[in-house]
Amino acid sequence: MADINLKVALIGNPNSGKSTLFNALTGLNQKVANFPGVTVDKHIGQFTIRNAADGNTYKVRITDLPGTYSLYPKTIDEQIPYQVLTDKNDESYPDRVIVIADATNLKRSLFLCSQIIDLKVPVVLVLNMMDLAIKKGLKIDIPKLEKALGIKIVPAVVRQNSGIEEIKKALLENRHQPENDIMPSCELAPDVIKEIKKEFSVKSDYAAFLLAGNFEKVPLSFIDEKQKERLRNITQQHGFKNTVMQAGETLERYKTISVLMKSCVSQQVSFRKSLTRSIDNLVTHRIWGFVIFLAILFIIFQFIFNVAQFPMDFIDGTFAQLSSKVSEWLPQGMLNDLLVNGVLAGLGGIIIFIPQIALLFLFITILEDTGYMSRVSFIMDRLMRPFGLNGRSVIPLISGVACAVPAIMATRTIQSWKERMITIMVTPLMSCSARLPVYTLLISLIVPRYYILGFINSQGLIMMFMYLIGFVAAIASAWVMKKILKSKSRDFFILELPVYRLPRWKNILITIYDKVKIFLFDAGKIIIAISIILWFLSSRGPGDKYNNLEKEYTELAAQPSPPQEQLAKLQSEKLENSYAGWMGRALEPAIQPLGFDWKIGIALVTSFAAREVFVGTMSTIYSVGGESENQPILEKMRAEKTETGTPRYTLAVGLSLMLFYAFAMQCMSTLAVVKRETGSWKWPVIQFVYMGALAWVASFIAYQLLK
Amino acid sequence: MDKKLSEIKPGNICIIQQFTDEEIKLKLMEMGCIPGENVRVERVAPLGDPIAITVAGYILSIRKSEAETVLVSTL
Repeated sequence: MADINLKVALIGNPNSGKSTLFNALTGLNQKVANFPGVTVDKHIGQFTIRNAADGNTYKVRITDLPGTYSLYPKTIDEQIPYQVLTDKNDESYPDRVIVIADATNLKRSLFLCSQIIDLKVPVVLVLNMMDLAIKKGLKIDIPKLEKALGIKIVPAVVRQNSGIEEIKKALLENRHQPENDIMPSCELAPDVIKEIKKEFSVKSDYAAFLLAGNFEKVPLSFIDEKQKERLRNITQQHGFKNTVMQAGETLERYKTISVLMKSCVSQQVSFRKSLTRSIDNLVTHRIWGFVIFLAILFIIFQFIFNVAQFPMDFIDGTFAQLSSKVSEWLPQGMLNDLLVNGVLAGLGGIIIFIPQIALLFLFITILEDTGYMSRVSFIMDRLMRPFGLNGRSVIPLISGVACAVPAIMATRTIQSWKERMITIMVTPLMSCSARLPVYTLLISLIVPRYYILGFINSQGLIMMFMYLIGFVAAIASAWVMKKILKSKSRDFFILELPVYRLPRWKNILITIYDKVKIFLFDAGKIIIAISIILWFLSSRGPGDKYNNLEKEYTELAAQPSPPQEQLAKLQSEKLENSYAGWMGRALEPAIQPLGFDWKIGIALVTSFAAREVFVGTMSTIYSVGGESENQPILEKMRAEKTETGTPRYTLAVGLSLMLFYAFAMQCMSTLAVVKRETGSWKWPVIQFVYMGALAWVASFIAYQLLK
Repeated sequence: MDKKLSEIKPGNICIIQQFTDEEIKLKLMEMGCIPGENVRVERVAPLGDPIAITVAGYILSIRKSEAETVLVSTL
């Protein structure tokens, strides 16, 4: 009796039921990490198998590799399986590989499977969706196929949990490795393979073949610069051309598989009428296709704006209570202030997003899981393409109206690097829900409320205009970026339209859980850090003046019934003399042409935490403080005068300010997510600069024309 | 006479003969679009592009520009 560790890798085509199997094997006993060096999520799970025969317990550590159609490393996602399966030093290098295949789509699945078998790693092939295959009239001679491939095959219906125990058992079997290659790569490049095998520690002909083709592109731990040079020599000497070799391999492999299929599978491909085709007739219909899509969007946004409001209010309330409890409980002082106005404020600012993120991903995952999402890409691709976007950009852009953070996380499905970058770069221009309070405040300040044609609300009209302008800016910026951005690779839109299926709730819940966790911990760290910095800037000031004000304020506040008005006045004077106030003044020359004064400058600085902070900052600056929030700010702002005695918030200033908020990148959560998704600070910095420039120019034009 | 896959009308079945673009060829072959394979053009997207085809038992969406590089023979 002993504990034996076993490392397993799970691999398969997209839509083969890979994540369902992963969840079925591990339950919630899984975590998400990153593969070293890249921002590809690495799902690792654990489970144990008791072997009745030898009494040992096997502790299995399973890595879910990104879905792929082959081992050719074309995208970052596809590099991972290649690295993990060919690099013995990789921490996930497996003792066993589970290949999961859609039994109704056997030919394409066997392509990937045969590549892995040829790497000479022990493979268990799971034939998933056997029920559908039987329904389709497919007869697969499993023993014969097992013999031909030299591996263990387990038929399964993973979503019904059938076959799971058999898969576990198959992992413990020690099978003899097949000696012959399914596709003998040594026939394609005999000399190259011979020399590589002589000099490098590769396990099989096929591993040598792949190494010859990909050593320049994909780093492997056992290949250094000197060895790369050697590989360069070998491949050049024998005229090894990767594209030619790959094409040759693909052809040969499919040829072999076709022969195999003929002997092991009865009933070949048919083009019969199917349910999927009937649904497609409807959802990709010239008119109904778009109507259905819009209706689905309508439902999603109703949920995100209305339903999410309840948990968000609850979170807001809880944090307000928590803050006041902490502030009462701890002695007055810096720690108290830091905890309440720095840490808790920052934490609240993160957690408030969770309901919207969870809801948005609930819908997105359902749409992905059922197969509908690829149809959206299919009908929208033509529309998006002139702007450097593609069909898959539609959902992130639309989600951006709720919040750019989950929207940017949703761009992962875009395979083309350039189109994905453009989508990430322009998504924050869509008017997100954090802009809503800003627009609401400013519109009621500058736009008189009246009805056009008796029923169109003037304020609502301007609000719609703000949303439209965000969309137009996003599309236009995308077009400009398409012209500028150098693409590393050509753009492709080769996309599988999977058969429709019912959503698998367990997968969906786990995905939501993962996304929320990633947001909470990865983006959260940065948000908290910046919140603390902002707290410091607005609660500390240069020189003695701030400290004196602080002392005066503390003394006044300690009185039994402090005069609220005076307190509020001191509060605003404190802000004026804090570092943030000082920054507002420093900003003044730059924002004066936009019609803003230093007070608005402070709001611009603090809004960097999140746009909705604008309203709070405004209320602090105009020393409102107190119970009834919204109305008084409005009144105070309306009463605010410039030096010459005219009202500060004219139509020109209000519009200029709204345009600034529409375009400027004032959201550290988004910047943090962009950093995470693109893997470098370069992109968030570019985004910050270009959106800032856009905001400044738009505000400048609006103010100068209208003032 | 070989035609381009992009010229085949929806509902028709054709056979892949060869490719005129190396890069697209690799991508499509990996997805099972192998010379000799039967392909049914399923539909054209509402705005005229991309198209959907059935190949090797599943549906694949490709842009017209990509379909132009696939030469096919009709049955």
